[in-house]
Amino acid sequence: MSFVSEFKTRASEKSRDLRHRSVIRTALRSYEVVRDKRKAAFQSWESARQAAAETKWEAINHLDEHLVALTSKLEARGTKVHWASNGVQAREIISQILRDKKARTIIKSKAMTSEEIHLNHALEKEGFTVVESDLGEFIVQLRHEPPYHIVFPSMHLTRGEIKDLFQKELGDAPSDSPEELTMVARRVMRQKYITADVGFTGGNFAIAETGMISITENEGNARLTAALPKTMITLMGIEKVLPRFSDLALFLPMLATAGAGQPMTCYNTMYSGPRQPGECDGPEEWHVILLDNRRTELLADAEQRDSLHCIRCGACLNVCPIFRNVGGHTYGTTYSGPVGAVITPHLRGLQDWKHLSNASSLCGACTEACPVKIDLHHHLLQNRRNASASEPAFFERLAYKIFAFVASRPVLWSFAKKFGRLTQPLQRLVTGGVIDPARQWTKTRDLPPIAPESFKEWWAKRKESQAE
Amino acid sequence: MTVTLFIPCFMDALFPRAGISMVEILERLGHKVVCPNEIACCGQPPFNSGYWDEARTIAAPVLEKLKSAEAVVIGSGSCGAMIKKFYPELFKNTPQAELAKQVAARTWEFSDFLVSKLGVTDLGAKFAHKVTFHDGCHGLRELGIKTAPRALLSKVVGLDFVELKEESCCGFGGTFSAKFPMISTAMGEVKCAAATETGADFIVSNDSSCLMHIQGLLSRQGSKLKTIHLAEVLNQQ
Repeated sequence: MSFVSEFKTRASEKSRDLRHRSVIRTALRSYEVVRDKRKAAFQSWESARQAAAETKWEAINHLDEHLVALTSKLEARGTKVHWASNGVQAREIISQILRDKKARTIIKSKAMTSEEIHLNHALEKEGFTVVESDLGEFIVQLRHEPPYHIVFPSMHLTRGEIKDLFQKELGDAPSDSPEELTMVARRVMRQKYITADVGFTGGNFAIAETGMISITENEGNARLTAALPKTMITLMGIEKVLPRFSDLALFLPMLATAGAGQPMTCYNTMYSGPRQPGECDGPEEWHVILLDNRRTELLADAEQRDSLHCIRCGACLNVCPIFRNVGGHTYGTTYSGPVGAVITPHLRGLQDWKHLSNASSLCGACTEACPVKIDLHHHLLQNRRNASASEPAFFERLAYKIFAFVASRPVLWSFAKKFGRLTQPLQRLVTGGVIDPARQWTKTRDLPPIAPESFKEWWAKRKESQAE
Repeated sequence: MTVTLFIPCFMDALFPRAGISMVEILERLGHKVVCPNEIACCGQPPFNSGYWDEARTIAAPVLEKLKSAEAVVIGSGSCGAMIKKFYPELFKNTPQAELAKQVAARTWEFSDFLVSKLGVTDLGAKFAHKVTFHDGCHGLRELGIKTAPRALLSKVVGLDFVELKEESCCGFGGTFSAKFPMISTAMGEVKCAAATETGADFIVSNDSSCLMHIQGLLSRQGSKLKTIHLAEVLNQQ
């Protein structure tokens, strides 16, 4: 099945699923309430967005310089920096480190880049044990599922479902209380932390000025992942660079507010190197892998370059009426929602993924919500334009050619209206059925009748009577 | 002032009452209304589907017809956004680039024209019903129109206004509604449920295309809730 028909099948199923609709809507409505409260704590949220967009603009437009600065600072404190052009290279680098360290178990904190390169699957195939330590990720890992949402991986599940899952997979679920379930997960994870040979993390921001990587989390699991095992590996996209340390003063609260409606995420840690002489904790070795994976192609596209500003906060998913109705898994991509629909065609091929840009009412809620002002819904329009220009769909283009021919000729247009008025009673006989030409609409919705007298006809008649 | 009315294709064929109301209101305010009969469509369907050449085939003669208009007024945020925001984009790097910008600058969505350009909010209308308002996304986010329709409705005698609890797209989205009918319908159902929750008799909007979608769902559900264009409410005496 093609990506588009898979998408349509899943979308049909999910958008009719009233239970799913209600779970997601309830969760995101409470998110909206706290987000708005936190936004109001900014002196001016709009100015903050503008400042963030400008900082990101500066970061991305001088990405080459910032990456060189970041790398030299990291290396100066003993960090090993690796460059990966694509997922295959990144996975090879990681496997090689694990083999060198004779590692068997890897504990991971949340990293969407690892989803992007399908890391867990590859490592498990090589015989490594991989444990997700973010609670949401831990839950979806138990279900053998990708994360549902880039920030809230298991938001589609109710506590009852999580209880049943824990009972089945871990043999322990005293009740469906979130606290008790968290304690079960915690007991399992603590053992894994102790036995893990390597800790694996993502990165939220990389500071070029100081050579630091900033990791944001709510559970403390990333700190343990970074602190306990002897070796630490960090994988991040090259676009995560910020020029200055002081930029975090804006970006940390902004990420927390836009992403989860928090004033600040609970733990924000800046890592600047492996354990230094005289220090009592931290990994002995730290590997940072900077991943391109076609981000440089987005960088080359002046029109959509700003999509590299994305800080993966998930705000655009949260407000998107498409996401809310079809859910995160329907997209079939690592990055779902509006930002996923914008960047996936660049990362994985326009013709294969253009349907995500078409599956939008272009309502613009995403653009309005984006804290770094990515012009998301207009990029969807541009993807549509690029897709049609490079590989037009024969019948669709023909239909628009005919439409344009008729719509630019008043006589034909007026004839089309009269024809529609005459044939509409026939359409009514077959409404919603397989031979109804308007069935995509009429299966679920009524069509309004074509008026006995159109506006233009009324106007012409009126002008005539005024002239008399 | 001479006002050139741009009547969107769906308003012309399906909702002529909205257009007629706009004519009557503007004339009552003492303006001369003209309506070039040759204009059928703004070209948004091919534009939104990515067929920009075909969109230009439709839009180029529209620009010519509107070239010397003093003010172009449209009873739809969506078609208004097409001319005001997207024509300059569509005609960028073409000989009509400058003209597109000029026409865009003189184009107004109906409620915004009344309030921001003419400075009118009280049209002496009476409409003794409970109503809620749906902001079409193009009007709201491309053109930034939110307060004008509410200012106009607040002056309607007998009208009981209630806001929707959540702002959301109705799910129409032009060809999106036919390409992804399942998603479009789900979005519309969310909208209809929110509107029903308000207890209103009417959903008012400044965009007939959204109302067509909402009404299509409401009728199919057998709901008593009705939809009506803002201009028709403002024209009730």
